Amino acid sequence: MKNLVIGATVLILCLGILYVGVGLEFGVPLFTDMDEYFVSHGQEQTGGNNIVTDIVFDFRGFDTLGEATVLFTAVLGAGLVFRKRGEDEEYEYE
Amino acid sequence: MNMSKIVREAANLLFPFILVFGFYIVLHGHLTPGGGFQGGAVIATGFVLLFVAYSYPQITERIGVGALHNTETLGLLLFIVTALIALGFGVTFFTNWMLDIGPILNNPVAFGPNPGDLNTAGVIPVMNLAVGIEVLGALSVIVLYMMSGTKETI
Repeated sequence: MKNLVIGATVLILCLGILYVGVGLEFGVPLFTDMDEYFVSHGQEQTGGNNIVTDIVFDFRGFDTLGEATVLFTAVLGAGLVFRKRGEDEEYEYE
Repeated sequence: MNMSKIVREAANLLFPFILVFGFYIVLHGHLTPGGGFQGGAVIATGFVLLFVAYSYPQITERIGVGALHNTETLGLLLFIVTALIALGFGVTFFTNWMLDIGPILNNPVAFGPNPGDLNTAGVIPVMNLAVGIEVLGALSVIVLYMMSGTKETI
């Protein structure tokens, strides 16, 4: 009984997502205010031709700063895992 | 253990071309598709090609782990300092300060499709270069760290 309910819920959710996906027309986004703003003002405000780079490094610079910090933290983690251990160093698992 | 001589020579031959292509993507980031992260990943691919062609002890004789790690830290510092300098001109953090004040990189750009001019876009090329340096150091030093854990018999 429980499995039947779960299965029916998942089926209804999938059908709903499929219905929404089919109902939307491809290539016609619903909310275009931000897109039009970036396309029409990006070049004059940042001076770069590549709108994607303009957004990533100028309009959304904090996001790029976070991405760079994430990469730095990933390197720190890899260095911590693969660090050189001494011959007689003992591992301690708690 | 080394790969065969053919692989090593091919890696030696391809390495400078991969570097040139990667730095092209980084430096033209404000004009063409691509940018700092993508170009840095291409350059790191060249380094990883060298890493897999040679053994870990041979690689660390020429390219140190510390050098690559310092490269990554330098890129991150350059990125943050470029964003911080904007405070000195009385504008907010991450403002494109070079666009109005700086002596270079501030040619006016035409609206719409145009041939493109490298000398535009203010701090964006500088930040592209910083992120490119950081990604090149980070991705290659991770592979080098993982290689240090392998047991190799020569």
